[in-house]
Amino acid sequence: MTKETEKFEPRIVGFLCNWCSYAGADLAGTSKLKIPSSLTPIRVMCSSRIDPVLVTTAFLHGADGVLIAGCHPGDCHYDKGNYYARRRFAVLKKVIEGLGLESDRLRLSWVSASEGQRFAEVINEFNEKIKKMGPNPIKVKTSL
Amino acid sequence: MTKTLKINKNVEQGILELLRFLLDGGKVSGVFTLKRINKEGSVAYSLVTRSDELEDAVPLFPLMPVNAGKLLSRFSLRGKSNKPVAAVVKPCELRAFIELVKREQGSLENIFFISSTCGGVYPIEMAVDGAVENNLSKYWEAVKKGEIPAQIRPACRGCVEFKPYTADMTVDLVGSSDIDKRCMILLNTKNGEELAQDMKGDFLEKELDKKILDKFQNKREAERKKLFDEIEEKMKGLDGFIDIFGKCLGCHGCSKVCPICYCKLCEFESPDSEYKPSNYESDLKKRGGLKVPPGTVYFQIGRLDHIAISCVGCGACEDVCPVDIPISIIFKKVGESVQKLFDYIPGRDVKEEIPLLTFEKDELSEVED
Repeated sequence: MTKETEKFEPRIVGFLCNWCSYAGADLAGTSKLKIPSSLTPIRVMCSSRIDPVLVTTAFLHGADGVLIAGCHPGDCHYDKGNYYARRRFAVLKKVIEGLGLESDRLRLSWVSASEGQRFAEVINEFNEKIKKMGPNPIKVKTSL
Repeated sequence: MTKTLKINKNVEQGILELLRFLLDGGKVSGVFTLKRINKEGSVAYSLVTRSDELEDAVPLFPLMPVNAGKLLSRFSLRGKSNKPVAAVVKPCELRAFIELVKREQGSLENIFFISSTCGGVYPIEMAVDGAVENNLSKYWEAVKKGEIPAQIRPACRGCVEFKPYTADMTVDLVGSSDIDKRCMILLNTKNGEELAQDMKGDFLEKELDKKILDKFQNKREAERKKLFDEIEEKMKGLDGFIDIFGKCLGCHGCSKVCPICYCKLCEFESPDSEYKPSNYESDLKKRGGLKVPPGTVYFQIGRLDHIAISCVGCGACEDVCPVDIPISIIFKKVGESVQKLFDYIPGRDVKEEIPLLTFEKDELSEVED
């Protein structure tokens, strides 16, 4: 078991907003910063596009972590989408927590287009945290 | 103090007299109320325009066949009512309707609300074999004493929102020891006062007895804590969660009766959420086994995600669950924790915006990383 945990490479689904965080991730790449291969990025037009149900889908299908990243508050390309996203995320977190599930596997972060460095930090930090938490136990359940 | 109409009859007769007065006097064109369907204790909501049709009406019957908020939404969905209608509903039904109006699923115009302090309702299954009928006298005894009647819906047992927020008239029921002899109707709004004007009875100034209701509130709060603690104990971690939700059949009955679940095209019933062969394959590859039909738990979490902010805790969902998932308590518990984030009580005020449709620029920093 310990051997397996050592080998454990998380699978992280990242919903990245087109205007900031996706560009930030791109910049991290072109700047040759170290990004874990565990991230599966999904480009969305705005963080407010993400229905909590999409996050739930990823979570229930065994994503070890789900990251939502968007423009910093005040910088949304559509003026205020990220404010709505923040409220939705807060609700989702409470719901997952209230059901006794691991809400720590969900993360919301703001990363601007010029913050390649920050994007690398966010995803590395999250990856390490998920590594410590171990695989999402939902993955192996057959009664879901 | 609130202007109050006192009718010297027992409370049910009093309300019926008021409803007859409203219809005969032309103050309203219709009355929306519970009506007896048979002698076994089945009741259904009906719209009545003739006062002699009120004979079988049982406006305060402790049963909620369907959340009336859902029915009033259907009544006013395609346009506001042209004529004034008086609706006798329970507090959570009124709140559900307000939430639907906020979602543009109905109109408050031309509907007057008569509600009451609410002792709770029995599960629907008890209406089928006459059990409600046999329990009626016990129910009213408990309500008179300000106690929680036995066997009512779990959601009602732990309900602390038993006073209506925006009713035009409130009938004083809970803890009111003399409802056998008189009927007290508080006229909360100008509309309420105008409707009751010229009605036979005494007009006085009165408030609901705070002491009695506070005591009742404490009992309900204690019961609520007990229900929540029980659920929390059962729903520990993923295994506890599966224990509870794993038996869901995926019948979607809970969403059909939920007043807040109003979508005509439900995401969870769309072909999009139907598994493709590749979905089965990838899931089975990962897990080595899969519950069929898949997605029942996904549906529950998704539904909770969508409605937690507006769940009024009426308990209709649990009533229809064929496998007895304590869903109303779970939704109520999680719903309240979500609503607390924004200091929101669903249905308190139609002018209050649904928290997910608005925001503060500076808030919730605790959810950001």
